[in-house]
Amino acid sequence: MKAVSKYGVSENGYYGSFGGAYIPEILYNNIEELKSKYLGISQSEKFNNEFSELLKNYVGRPTPLFFAKNLSEQYKTNIYLKREDLNHTGAHKINNAIGQILLAKELGKKRIIAETGAGQHGVATATVCALMGMECIVYMGETDVQRQAPNVARMKMLGAKVVSVHSGSKTLKDASNEAIRDWINNPENTYYLIGSVVGPHPYPDMVARFQSVISNEIKGQLKTILGKENPDYVIACVGGGSNAAGAFYHFLESEDVKLIGVEAAGKGIDSGHTAATLSVGSAGIIHGSKTILMQTADGQITEPYSISAGLDYPGIGPVHAYLNEVRRANYISITDTEALEAALNLTKKEGIIPALESAHALAALGKLQFKKEEIVISNLSGRGDKDLETYTNYLNELKYAKQN
Amino acid sequence: MNRLDSLFQKKKNNILSIFITAGFPKLNDTASIVKQLQASGADFIELGIPFSDPLADGPVIQDSSTVALANGMTLKLLLQQLREIRKEVNIPILLMGYINPVLQYGIEKFAKDASEAGADGIIIPDLPMQQYLEEYKSTFDQYNLKNIFLVTPQTTEERIRYIDTNSNSFIYLVSSSSTTGKKTGIDGAEDYLSRIQKMNLKSATVVGFNISNRDSFQKACKYANGAIIGSAFVKAVSNSNDVAQSTKTFVDSILN
Repeated sequence: MKAVSKYGVSENGYYGSFGGAYIPEILYNNIEELKSKYLGISQSEKFNNEFSELLKNYVGRPTPLFFAKNLSEQYKTNIYLKREDLNHTGAHKINNAIGQILLAKELGKKRIIAETGAGQHGVATATVCALMGMECIVYMGETDVQRQAPNVARMKMLGAKVVSVHSGSKTLKDASNEAIRDWINNPENTYYLIGSVVGPHPYPDMVARFQSVISNEIKGQLKTILGKENPDYVIACVGGGSNAAGAFYHFLESEDVKLIGVEAAGKGIDSGHTAATLSVGSAGIIHGSKTILMQTADGQITEPYSISAGLDYPGIGPVHAYLNEVRRANYISITDTEALEAALNLTKKEGIIPALESAHALAALGKLQFKKEEIVISNLSGRGDKDLETYTNYLNELKYAKQN
Repeated sequence: MNRLDSLFQKKKNNILSIFITAGFPKLNDTASIVKQLQASGADFIELGIPFSDPLADGPVIQDSSTVALANGMTLKLLLQQLREIRKEVNIPILLMGYINPVLQYGIEKFAKDASEAGADGIIIPDLPMQQYLEEYKSTFDQYNLKNIFLVTPQTTEERIRYIDTNSNSFIYLVSSSSTTGKKTGIDGAEDYLSRIQKMNLKSATVVGFNISNRDSFQKACKYANGAIIGSAFVKAVSNSNDVAQSTKTFVDSILN
């Protein structure tokens, strides 16, 4: 958990002009407490021992770095998949959930709230709450409750209360609003376990640190496999951007490593049905953080769209807004159809069913020009069980189109 | 002189403020409501700038915001309406809204236009004190726009003193740690309110959140210079065919 300086957060919570903590006075004490304690606690020996032990024996880390031979042949380069899908609960989200639940325990909080889009963060939170014996309430947009039913069932079985949110577009943005409202109503006993590198400082930095285990492992694994720590590319999907932040973290200062973030274009960035925040957004404040977001000229936050519930968010973590501004990372976008095709392709070629979110990062492989000798890491952030219905429907559509 | 300053100089007790979302329930209802609020004896008005994602608000004000936006209310139109309203209304009018629409409008342009339209101050719940002092204060001061700070039951005495020092108008005492309109009444807030009363702050104080009727208004006024009613009033006009009449009935029920 070494701090990165050049691209890291400033003392008052900013990445360049992005970040900060735009929160109502009611949450002032909560944020101050977190700000003053998160580094001390998360860098203590006791915390690190417990965190490492749980990541190893509970989550199953390190996750493999798999050389995808068939995919490499297809794209005429060397593609390695960082298998975050093999984590306990099926995605990278658990890394952060473990870190924050240990922090919440140290802070003496008993009640945990979380927002979730695809349900992966909700499941991860419900899981660590079951493990620690804490009360868990997960806010989830009604639309997402419907399209991610398996994860809703998992959360309930794990003992979490899943609150279906009916406001706005009924997706991740609205779930986040409702979680913040809960926190405002219960500031004393409640810990808000945010699932991405979004929200008021220190959340973006804290979540990035807990996810930085991803890039830390990649470095060690490449060293073993190739004798060098740095790849040529690291590619990851970005909704709020936590798996990307973790996969980029230890490469930020190695400027020769090209960092590619992949947003969800939905039906296309000019279609009005998109979640490609950096393509269509502008600077503003969402969920307590100054960043790039999708909004009207009047400053109303607009409804995002993506087939992938985990990328269906009108903002982006302030660290990504900054990395994009200073061009340390490049951000591209992938449509629903391109993501679906990439998921089918990986399944066929490598026998791995990816999450729809991760499929966006895989689709990016077809958009970039690689050299034969280059080393490309694609972060496979989650597994696709939760998306089976979407995949099946798409396959049926394809079959139907062929017949007619 | 800023109208808020005059009000708090003249009146020390039982100051009644009413909140209404601009453009609600109908786009052009705001003028009738505000005029009637003055006629019925409200002391100052908070005009809500509707926002898509009102984090500190409960369902009633959230819904009013959604309706107002669907009606076509924008910050620009709100200021145009305010300019018209000012031809007949002399009591202080504060704008209350979230930071993002203000930011998009442009801080300086907002301060100038709001002030020229006749706004006396602004309450922005998601603009923390530190950001205000660093990035907004000089502009707001230049246009004589008061920025109102909130204090909650969680706020430490040290921070209340700090807020009092930096405040140039009244302090908004949030009656409980909650979103707006969450509870009915302010029972349970007495200790907190009396603790603040005993601090003898230089700023005037007005209690808000969960004040819904005559009883809770009077209770709040025992500890502060006045109180603000939001959700209960928004609810009272929400299904009204005659918003002026509904406004009169509501304010009468509080004051008489």
